[in-house]
Order: sequence, then structure tokens, then C-alpha cells
Amino acid sequence: METINNYFFNDMVVMLRRSMRHIFRSLDTIITVTIMPIAMMLLFVYVLGGAIQTGTKNYVDYLLPGILLIAIANSAGYVSYRLFLDKQRGIFERFNSMPIARSAALWGHVLTSLVSNAISLMVIVLVALLMGFRSPAGILSWLAVAGILALFTLTLTWIAAVPGLSAKTVDGAGVIAYPIHFLPLISSAFVPTKSMPGPVRAFAEHQPVTSIVETIRALLSNQPVGHEIWIALAWCIGIILVAYLFAMRVYKKWA
Amino acid sequence: MQNAIQVKGLQKSYKQLHVLKGVDLEVERGSIFALLGSNGSGKTTIVEILTTLLKQDGGKATVNGFDVALKPDNVRQSISLTGQFAAIDEILTGRENLVMIARLRHLSNSSQVANDLLQRFGLTDAADRKASTYSGGMRRRLDIAMSLVGGSPLIFLDEPTTGLDPEARIEVWKMVKELAANGTTVFLTTQYLDEAEQLADRIAILHEGRIIVSGALAELKKLFPSAKIEYIEKQPTLEEIFLAIIGKKEKN
Repeated sequence: METINNYFFNDMVVMLRRSMRHIFRSLDTIITVTIMPIAMMLLFVYVLGGAIQTGTKNYVDYLLPGILLIAIANSAGYVSYRLFLDKQRGIFERFNSMPIARSAALWGHVLTSLVSNAISLMVIVLVALLMGFRSPAGILSWLAVAGILALFTLTLTWIAAVPGLSAKTVDGAGVIAYPIHFLPLISSAFVPTKSMPGPVRAFAEHQPVTSIVETIRALLSNQPVGHEIWIALAWCIGIILVAYLFAMRVYKKWA
Repeated sequence: MQNAIQVKGLQKSYKQLHVLKGVDLEVERGSIFALLGSNGSGKTTIVEILTTLLKQDGGKATVNGFDVALKPDNVRQSISLTGQFAAIDEILTGRENLVMIARLRHLSNSSQVANDLLQRFGLTDAADRKASTYSGGMRRRLDIAMSLVGGSPLIFLDEPTTGLDPEARIEVWKMVKELAANGTTVFLTTQYLDEAEQLADRIAILHEGRIIVSGALAELKKLFPSAKIEYIEKQPTLEEIFLAIIGKKEKN
């Protein structure tokens, strides 16, 4: 027992390395989580941006937080997919019959999601800088942004883990991807909610992505974050707790 | 000497379905034990309980001296499982698969271990290709090679030849015999009678949730009326013809 716990970190690193290879060898994943968000950013800034009134000097400054969330949202479907394949192909079974910590396999996927998103988000921020994105934010604000993005990644990862672990078919595993894709679109990520008609606006203003976007935007532009940050944190932590409990229940059932 | 596996009164139900109704079995150290049974008879359920993937509802199972329900971690240290479907990572290469398992078994010389196993299983040429490009037989070989990393004294093979072509099947048989020759205990499930006959020191037949007979092949044969001598023309089986044509028979 003791030896197994001592190796928990080692085992996680092996798992992380494994799924990072999966990501780097899947052109599809790289396109969806990095190239697509960059393409959207280019599209919105250089095609649609001229017509969008946001009240900021530079549209890319307004847009970037939303693009970062879209990149994270796009990666969630792959978490489900990778978990499903591991379960279906008996890889988890092999790991679970080995002397390694039970949860290492699952946490390996969660860690992979954090690391791979960190990499793709850094690439996207670099491209945004080339496109003229500038931020007066200091190091502490950037750290806060990184923390919120990590929390949002964890939120979506744990949501995605539930269908990934419980689905019977690969289509079932991917079911969560679509609603997650849409959340950033119906929020203040691209345009201010003021321009939206009543019901849409009500939805947009009361869903997690808007408060997260507003918080990140405020941090990056050195504005006071106000109460939005608490709403954002409450959403993320609340969803993580519920999704974590569900995912662990499914995982333990057969692990 | 203590048995490698000792099972007494093992019970397991899935909701209404009473799969195991009191299974008793013993596996001697260093032997090849074959569990025979038709599809759905509960062979895999027994393997899952013995490899700590599943908890039994009743009865007691001891593996390498450790109770599977009470000391699962000790059990896992001392066994290796090759499940019904080749549990290999298709996106990784054969070598990466082996190195990964060696690291998870916390061996210090993981690349050396991988090299040795690749050579032993004839996978050196394919070592740096993605496992998704492997044939069914190669997958199974890699799968079994992964189970040998770390040299567990007891290996579970759940239907190791299901879905394999005759050639690959004979390869697997050869591997199992080699393992046993080196002192590894092999617990094997199969639905093929000839497989049990070829490999096993002892055979147990699982039927309707119980072991209905068990013993060495010679003992099982005694249960039947003594052989009658008949003269029949011996036709080659299609398998023999197939193997003779492709010239692999001598490998056996």
C-alpha cells in the first residue's frame, strides 16, 4: 500500500506522457483545440470585427478571453473520447490489475487536459499578440487569469469525464461536446450581451461563460473585477464538485 | 507447497443473474490451469474477481497467498492480466507500450526490458511502428509481452486465442508453454477444447455457475467409458491442410 502511494506521482507522469503523445499524434485534436480557435480569432477580428461595437479600442482585446474559453471547450470532447477508448479497449482494466494507485489512470487524463490546454492557450495568446493584442495587466492579474482558465478546464474536464466513462458507444461519449461548444457562443465572448434580444440576453448573462469571460477581460484590461469573479468561481467549483462525484461513482463502479 | 490460487464457494450475481453459484478451484504453482466454459458461463467473472477488478458477493479467493478482497494491492503486485481483448495502446508504438508498462511497474531499466521482450516476441522489426498497424497475432503477442513485464509469477490469460487465425493461435500456445517451462503459473480461460487439451496440466469445466468437473486430462478421460477400438479413415482437418500449405506446421 505504502509503495503504491509513493509512486502516485511517478505513475501520473507516465499516464500524462502517454496521453500527451495521443494528442500530439492526432492532427484532428491539434486542429480542433488550437488551429480552429485561431482561425475564429482571425475571422472575427479581420472579417466581422469591424462591424462589432464593443467599446474597446482594439477588438482582439475584447475577443481573446472568449477565444481562450472556446479552445478549452473544444478540447472537452476529446477528454470524453480518450476516456471512452481506454475503458472500451481494456486499458483501464490492465492498469487496474497492476500495482498502481487506482485513481492514477483517471487523474492522468485530467492532468493531460490541463497541460495540453495550457500549451494551446499559450500558442493562441502568442498569435493574439501578433495580431495586436496588448494588455496592461501585471503578473498577478495574469496568474489570476491562468488560475481561472485552469479552473474552467477542470470544470469541463470533469463534465466530459462522466459520459466518457459511462457511455456505451463512441457517439454517446461525444454527446457532451456540442452543448459545451455552444456556451461560449451564447455569451458576451464575441459581442456585448446588451445587443441580444430579451430571452437570449437573460440566458447569456446568467450562464457561467459570461461571468468567466467578464472576469478575465477585466483582469487583462486592469479594470476592477467586481462580483463577477465570485460568480465565475462559484459556477466552476459547484460544477466540478457535482461532476467529480458523478465521474468517480461511475469510475469506481467498474474500477 | 501453497497453491497459487485457492478459491472456495465463490459467488457473484449481476442483479437477477446468478453467474457464480459457489465455485471451488485450486491452481498449483507452476502449472497451466485451463478454465473451460461456453460463452457467458462466467469465466471472465472469475478472472475479474481473481485479478481484483471485481468484488465477489460471497466465498473466499486467495491468490499467491493474499485474499483478493482484503489484500488487493498485494495481489496486484504478484499477478499480471491479459484480458479478453488485446489491451494495447494503439497510438503508441510497440516499444512505447512496453516501456510504459515497465515504468508503471517501477522497473529501473525499462528500455532494456522492452528491448528484451520485443526480441523474444519477434516484434523487433515492428517495434517503432504504431500498434494500430499490427496484425491480430502481433497485437496479441504485444499484449502478452506487456503482461510479462516485471516477471509476475502468475499470469491470467482470458481467452487468449479467441479471434486469432490458426497460425497466431499456435504462436500463443508456444508462448504459454514457454512461460510454464520457466516456472510461471498460467491461469487460462478458453472455449476451445483442443486448446485446453494442448496446454493445460489441469482442466476445470465451468457450467451453470459451478465447476462440474476438474482434474488432469487423463483423469477426465477416465470419467468416460473406456475407449472402444474402431477403425476409421483419418482425414486431415482443414486446419492441418491450411497449416501444411503455408508451411508453418514445423513451428509447433
